[in-house]
Amino acid sequence: MASNERGLGGRALIVLVPYLWLASFFLIPFLIVLKISLSDDVLAQPPYAPVLDLSKGWEGIREFVAVLDLENYAFVLGDPLYLYSYLQSVSIAALSTAILMLIGYPIAYAMARAPLSLRPILIMLVILPFWTSFLIRVYAWMGILAREGLLNQVLVGLGIVSEPVEILATNSAVVLGIVYSYLPFMVLPLYAALDRLDDSLLEAAADLGASPWKSFWLVTFPLSLPGLVAGALLCFIPAVGEFVIPDLLGGSDTLMIGRTLWTEFFSNRSWSIASVIAVLLLIMLVVPMVLYQNIQARSLEVGR
Amino acid sequence: MNVALDREMRPNGAPREFAPWKDPSLSPLIHFEGVTKRFGDVTAIADLSLAIYEREFFALLGPSGCGKTTLMRVLAGFETPTEGRVVLAGEDLVGVPPYRRPVNMMFQSYALFPHMSVFDNVAFGLRQDKMPKDEIAARVAEMLKLVNLKGLERRKPDQLSGGQRQRVALARALAKRPKVLLLDEPLAALDKKLREQTQFELMELQVKLGMTFMIVTHDQEEAMSVADRIAVMDHGRIVQMGTPTEIYEQPATRYVADFIGDVNLIEAKVTGRDEKGVLLQSDMPTPLRAATEADVAAGAAVAIALRPEKVKITARKPAEATENCVRGVVTGIAYLGDFSIYRVTLENGFVFKAARPNVTRVTDQPITWDDKVFLSWTPEAGVVLTR
Repeated sequence: MASNERGLGGRALIVLVPYLWLASFFLIPFLIVLKISLSDDVLAQPPYAPVLDLSKGWEGIREFVAVLDLENYAFVLGDPLYLYSYLQSVSIAALSTAILMLIGYPIAYAMARAPLSLRPILIMLVILPFWTSFLIRVYAWMGILAREGLLNQVLVGLGIVSEPVEILATNSAVVLGIVYSYLPFMVLPLYAALDRLDDSLLEAAADLGASPWKSFWLVTFPLSLPGLVAGALLCFIPAVGEFVIPDLLGGSDTLMIGRTLWTEFFSNRSWSIASVIAVLLLIMLVVPMVLYQNIQARSLEVGR
Repeated sequence: MNVALDREMRPNGAPREFAPWKDPSLSPLIHFEGVTKRFGDVTAIADLSLAIYEREFFALLGPSGCGKTTLMRVLAGFETPTEGRVVLAGEDLVGVPPYRRPVNMMFQSYALFPHMSVFDNVAFGLRQDKMPKDEIAARVAEMLKLVNLKGLERRKPDQLSGGQRQRVALARALAKRPKVLLLDEPLAALDKKLREQTQFELMELQVKLGMTFMIVTHDQEEAMSVADRIAVMDHGRIVQMGTPTEIYEQPATRYVADFIGDVNLIEAKVTGRDEKGVLLQSDMPTPLRAATEADVAAGAAVAIALRPEKVKITARKPAEATENCVRGVVTGIAYLGDFSIYRVTLENGFVFKAARPNVTRVTDQPITWDDKVFLSWTPEAGVVLTR
């Protein structure tokens, strides 16, 4: 009995670790941000009020809570600038994710069908860009896409266009940057799903009269869906909040939410509005997360 | 022991005599003609020719790596023969992709589609044929009834037991009423009891549907139980083909005799022949005689294959025994319930296996370890093998 209890204690401890981790690095910071989003901006250090004063005891807490309100939320939701930012973030992220799926699927499929000896090299090639700093790679794209950059030189040199094309500082450049940077996050989960696929299932489909094309749509594709969904969410969620790529490759009219947040925080010194944007973004992203979890749970049931 | 089921024992009043391969007026349904399959340097099938007739239950039997699965995959279309032709119902199949061949296969791993229900799995092939919806529903229901899976239509494969999955795989392969059903080690994943029961069900099904079945197995008991004819394969060649009885009672080579069932192989030299068979000499401390029609000249080196159940084990020397009788000590007994297998070590070190049916529950004079015993057999019991 005693050993059993000790075993239970040990198990509880192991279960506790991730919860402690989440509490200290996600929940507490989030509560702080949430609190700031309910506060008012002041010219002080820190630049928001009220500040919780525990020395006054219960009275202090009551005063503190009484001052918190939702007026910042009303402001953000009422100003079309922020709504526009959110919409543009989501549409750029969605377009990028769609392009990533179209490019990533054939790559992952070809990798999963490649000879076994070649696969480690192919995986290596997909991961290799990670070995260079993300920032440097995005800067490199600036050099490629600039008005006098590599791409325009090639296009003009080949006579495809007579005048250099404006690519840098457009939304297209942002989409391109996201697609380039996030490709491994699409390819790897897809590859994992396709690699797991039992070849005998395709043989069975062929045996029962399905042409290779139909076998793909009836067997391969549905069984790779969990990988596709995982890849899409791994790309879409960070792409919505992306800051560096729109900042470096986007134009002045590329108003993605990450950039708006940065402006509020550093240029306008409005911590409370920045916090509101962050909280709303989180709520927006929780919805696809929950969706993803559901699909994961379903695929686990199927895969068992 | 091995139960060699002939057509006489078949359920449902099947024909007593079924031997289309003996009827010269019939042409075979499947004809492998000089098929060779090489994978790089490895020859999986070596110039193999084989004819299988309609409504036959045909077994390819051999150890793993003998080429039996490759041969079946050549027929299904998953492998292209390096040389030779495969003809099915008069049509040359080489170059025809698997999805256009009128054969269906039950995979060893079952290969059920995990994302589809039992119904959708069984209906998969029918949908490829663009069969009308109501006909599909009727056919699937019929198939599931045939394999006793009614009511499980909506289950997913992972919600089924191993035996149920095996039945779904069978129903799926049968649903299109193929000209030939290919069974790749269909029962390997089932436990012994379920396997034996399923063997009988397979035989019943094959007779009921009047279809041609081809089974690949490494289990000789399974092959002997279900098949009309067996081809024993070794290194990409067929070493013997015949009914289970022929294969068991008249093995053609030492390899077949050893692979099918238990056997005592006595290497011997022919010394002469009289009206009762050939006389042989070996390092056994007894003159040997074996009845054979084989044309063996004096001096030829042969082997006598002797099944354990044809060897008589006695405590006292049989009075009439002047030949085919040796003396030894019991060094091992395997009690199998219906039979006991005795391992008897002779003075020359040869270990003999003899089987004795346990017809009574209690024996007055049981033969036990370290007993001195006599082993004897009739000239008809042994088969003379030249290869």
